[in-house]
Amino acid sequence: MERGWPLWEVFLRSKRGLNHVHVGSLHAADAQMALRHARDLYTRRNEGVSIWVVRSADITASSPDEKDPFFAPSGDKVYRHPTFYPIPDDVPHM
Amino acid sequence: MTTVEDHFDATIGGNRRIEPRDWMPDGYRATVIRQIAQHAHSEIIGMQPEGNWITRAPSLRRKAILLAKVQDEAGHGLYLYSAAETLGADRADLTEMLISGRQKYSSIFNYPTLSYADVGVIGWLVDGAAICNQVPLCRSSYGPYARAMIRICKEESFHQRQGYELLLTMMRGSDAQRQMVQDATNRFWWPSLMMFGPPDDASPNTARSMAWGVKRHTNDELRQRFVDMTVPQAAKLGVTLPDPELKWNAGRGHYDFGSIDWEEFAAVVAGNGPCNAQRVAVRRRAHAEGAWVREAASAYAARQAQRKRAA
Ligand SMILES: [Fe+2]
Ligand SMILES: [Fe+2]
Repeated sequence: MERGWPLWEVFLRSKRGLNHVHVGSLHAADAQMALRHARDLYTRRNEGVSIWVVRSADITASSPDEKDPFFAPSGDKVYRHPTFYPIPDDVPHM
Repeated sequence: MTTVEDHFDATIGGNRRIEPRDWMPDGYRATVIRQIAQHAHSEIIGMQPEGNWITRAPSLRRKAILLAKVQDEAGHGLYLYSAAETLGADRADLTEMLISGRQKYSSIFNYPTLSYADVGVIGWLVDGAAICNQVPLCRSSYGPYARAMIRICKEESFHQRQGYELLLTMMRGSDAQRQMVQDATNRFWWPSLMMFGPPDDASPNTARSMAWGVKRHTNDELRQRFVDMTVPQAAKLGVTLPDPELKWNAGRGHYDFGSIDWEEFAAVVAGNGPCNAQRVAVRRRAHAEGAWVREAASAYAARQAQRKRAA
């Protein structure tokens, strides 16, 4: 059976000032074609002003489980949050 | 010690989303792949009945609208294939399953489109029924499917409105045009009700799918919702829905409607509808005739990559 075109992940910046956000994937033979397909598929109604495409195979991901020990180091550091510090109510602008 | 299965159950129980690389039961994975694939195939095959009229649209305005609508349906198919691939399905396999007839698509697309009024009625009733089915799926427990459905539902609203507006325009026209709208309504009403699938007592997988959050309402609930929404729209349009038993039931707070011909439904699903063979043949031919384009693009990409390495 024929081997299909590789898979690409598509990221869109919906307007200036915002981050690119992942919107889905598509198949294309190369990067230029992936960009064109992404425009046709994901921006038919002005949903984007900028597109990134990246080969799905080139993405390295963490384990999907949010209980993974990988994220444990940030779990017990409550002192990184402003609410850790009691300040009297009558101190202004804080 | 919590197992991966406990984690899956807790995620579903807490009405949170399952994401692609999460552990999931094999049955869940298979069910969601099948559901998304059938939905994707329906969008792709669904281009044909209306695509049939693009070259014969009555005005440039209608042609542009219809072209945009059919392009959207292609887009919907691609969003969904992309969602299915996050579960490990392969795009080429999915296409193969469709063109070899091993996976199904919605039975509604096996009916022919005989006049331009059919374009309007498909937008009104078929896209309308699809919206009823799809809005609850924006809360599917499978994240990529739910996100694709949100995108799709936003676009479907245009589909339904352009159809209804087309019909309103025809109803303001000649007697012959009004007759075309009535005729199209007569042909598409019952097949639209069948789009919600078999009645609940003949739908054995519903309970499990609802427990998994991949289905949010039963077939009969959604069918009733569609009937209740559509009756006043038909009245406003000035067409008669072809069901003498259709009437308001104050006790239930819903419209009662006549019984559906489930034998016809079974026959169409089994491949014996008016257009089954034609729909699959058209898709198969398009795939075969596009092979040289796919191969040429692959060859070009391989060559460019080789040159880059050599440079
Ligand atoms: Fe669609
Ligand atoms: Fe649609």
